[in-house]
Amino acid sequence: MRSIDINERSPWQDITEGNKIYEPATSKHFCTGEWRTATPEFIKENCKQCLLCVPVCPDSSIPVVKGERGEFDYDHCKGCGICAKVCPFGAITMREGK
Amino acid sequence: MAIRERLSGNEAVAYAIKQINPDVMPAFPITPSTEIPQYVATYIANGEIDTEFIHVESEHSAMSATLGASAAGARALTATSSCGLALMWEELYVAASDRLPIVLALVNRALTGPININADHSDSMGARDAGWIQIYAESNQEVYDNFLQAFPIAEHKDVHLPVMICQDGFITSHGVENILLVEDDKAKEFVGEYEPEHFLLNSKEPMAVGPYAVSNYYMETKKAQREAMQNAKKVILEMAEKFEKMTGRKYGFFEEYRMEDAEYAIVIIGSAAGTCKAAVDKIRETTGKKVGLVKIRVFRPFPEEELAAVLKNMKAVAVMDRSEMFSATSGPLGAEVRAAMYQAKADTEVVCYFYGLGGRDITVEDFEQVYDNLEEMAKTHEVKGMYDYIGLREK
Amino acid sequence: MRRPRQENQRKVKETMKDTIELRWHGRGGQGAKTAALLLADVAFKTGKYVQGFPEYGPERMGAPITAYNRISEKPITIHSNIYSPDFVAVVDDGLLETVDVTAGLSPEGAIVVNTQKSKEEIVPLLKGYQGKVYTIDARAISVEALGKNYPNSPMLAAVVAVTGVMEPEVFLSEMKASFEHKFAKKPEVIEGNMKALQMTLDFIHE
Repeated sequence: MRSIDINERSPWQDITEGNKIYEPATSKHFCTGEWRTATPEFIKENCKQCLLCVPVCPDSSIPVVKGERGEFDYDHCKGCGICAKVCPFGAITMREGK
Repeated sequence: MAIRERLSGNEAVAYAIKQINPDVMPAFPITPSTEIPQYVATYIANGEIDTEFIHVESEHSAMSATLGASAAGARALTATSSCGLALMWEELYVAASDRLPIVLALVNRALTGPININADHSDSMGARDAGWIQIYAESNQEVYDNFLQAFPIAEHKDVHLPVMICQDGFITSHGVENILLVEDDKAKEFVGEYEPEHFLLNSKEPMAVGPYAVSNYYMETKKAQREAMQNAKKVILEMAEKFEKMTGRKYGFFEEYRMEDAEYAIVIIGSAAGTCKAAVDKIRETTGKKVGLVKIRVFRPFPEEELAAVLKNMKAVAVMDRSEMFSATSGPLGAEVRAAMYQAKADTEVVCYFYGLGGRDITVEDFEQVYDNLEEMAKTHEVKGMYDYIGLREK
Repeated sequence: MRRPRQENQRKVKETMKDTIELRWHGRGGQGAKTAALLLADVAFKTGKYVQGFPEYGPERMGAPITAYNRISEKPITIHSNIYSPDFVAVVDDGLLETVDVTAGLSPEGAIVVNTQKSKEEIVPLLKGYQGKVYTIDARAISVEALGKNYPNSPMLAAVVAVTGVMEPEVFLSEMKASFEHKFAKKPEVIEGNMKALQMTLDFIHE
C-alpha cells in the first residue's frame, strides 16, 4: 500500500500497519501551497546568491541547483515570509494572496 | 532430553534470553528484575552471546532505545519492574501503536504509593490498556516457557505487537525451584530467526515509523491494533501447541485445574495459583467438595468468551485480584470476568477479592476459607458486596 | 559429645510428610539465604523437588531475615511462606531473644541453633518448645576447619543431619563435587570446607 493511496476516507483495513510509510519523500504529495495567503516573489536581478534564504525556509521550498537558488516551489511554499525578512538585498518581496 | 535444573525465575528468564541471543537489550536496573540484565550482561562479557547491551540512564530511555532498535530491524527486549514500568508508560503505547514486536520481561512489583518492593500486579495491570500482549506465570517453569514463546507470538505477521512476560516479584523471581530447560538447539529452532519485512536500516526501502495521526487516522489505527490483538489469540494457541509438541507442557489462555466436575471456582493470576492448587487438592481429598481453579495465563488479549464458557455453570466464583484500581466493582481481573459473565448471561454468583497487595502472603488456609465462602454464598444467594479482602487487618 | 545421628534420622523418616518444610532465621549478611539456597541445591542434586526462597524486605545488614526451604519427592506448587515448619535453623542465637523462632514449629520436628552456649542455656529461650533441640557451634567448627568464621557449611551439614533429607554420604559427595566446581581456582579451601562438614556430622548433638 502506497501512501498516495491512503487518505481520510480509507477504511481501517487499508491503512498500513502502525501507519508506517514504506517510501521516502511522501511530503511532496502534500501540497501545503494551498494554505498560502501571502506569496513571496523572487526578484532575480537583486539576488547575490548568498543563499541565506534557503536554510530558513521551513518547507524546503527554495530549490538550489549547482549552488544557485531558483524559483520558489509554490506547491509547497506556505507564504510564511521568513525568506523575505532574512534577505539583505531586497530580492524577495511578499504580496497579498496566492 | 530436557535439561533438569533448579533456577530462580530471574535466572530462568536470563537463560531463555541467552538461548534466544537477541540483537539488542537496553535496560536499567530496578528491584526485583535487576538480576535479569545483570545475568545477560555476564553472558555477554563471557562471550556466550553477542547481544548489544545498551546502558541507559532511565527506564524511559530503556524503552525508547528498545523501540528504536526494534524499528531499525533488531530483535530487541528489555526488563523492568514497578516504577520502572511506570517510567516507560509513554513508550509502551508507542511500541504497541508502532506495531513493534518487542518483548519485555516484567517482574511484577507494587507501584509506589506507599513505597514497597514486593509482589503485586499494579504495575502490569496499570499498563493493561497500552496495547501489549500480557502473559503471566505461576512458576519459574512457566515464565521460562512463556518467554520462549514470546518472540514467535510478537513477530508473527498477523500480530506484530509487543509482549509482556510477567512473573511475581521475589516469589518466583528470587525463589529457586526445579525447572526443565529446553536444549539450546531446540530452543533456537523454536524461536527462529527474526526476519522483519520492513525495517528502518533497509537501505533499499526508505521508510518512516510512527507518523503523526490526526483525528482522521487515530481511530482506524486503534481498530487495527484491536484486530491484531484478536489475531494474537489464534497465534498464542498455535505457539502453545507447537511448544507442547516440543516439551509436552500444555499451555492455553488459562489453565483449568480440577474443573471437570467443579461447582466452585477461583479465578486468579500468578504464583498464588500454585498455593490455590494445594488447597483444591486438600479440600477434594478431605471433604470431596467439588472445587476447582482457573489460572489466567493470557490477560491481554482477554479470553472472555472461553472463560465465561467454563465459569457460567459454576454455583459460585471468586475472582482474585493482586492489584487495586479503586473502581466501584473490584480489581481489574474481577471487572473483566464480571463483564464476560454478564455478556454470557450467566447467573453464577461472583465475588471479587483483593489479596496479596504489596506482597502480603496468601496461604493454603486462606484459599480454603474462600471456597467455604463460595459454598455459603451459593446456599444463601447473598453476595456481601462487590468485593472483599483476604488477609486484611480490620476492626 | 554423643552421636545419635542414625537414630534421629529414623525418627524423622517415620514422621516425614510428602514435603519437608524448613525455616531459617538469620541476620542480613550472615548467609541464611545462601544456606537455604545451598540446601535446595544439594537436595536437588539427589533428585528431589526443591524450593529455596528468602522473605524479602528492605535489605539491611544485621537485620533479622527469614528464608525457607521445601523439599519433596513430588512437584511443589505452594508459593506461600512457611508458618508450620517441620524444622527451624537459627544461624545467630542472638535472635532467640527477639524473634519467635519456634512459632508454628512442629513438636515432631526439631530446631537447630548455632551457638557457643550449651543446650541447657538455649532451651529456656525456646518458649517451651517440646520437640528436639540441637545446638552446634558453627563458629568453632568453622574456625578449626577453615581458620575463619564461615558458619554456612557447618549449619548446612547440621540441617542435613537433623532433617535426614538425604544420606550423609550422599551429601558429602555432592558437596565435594560442588566445592570442586565452585573453588576450582582455590583448591586449598575445598579440604577445609569438607572438614567442616564432616566435623559437624560427627558432633551434631541434641
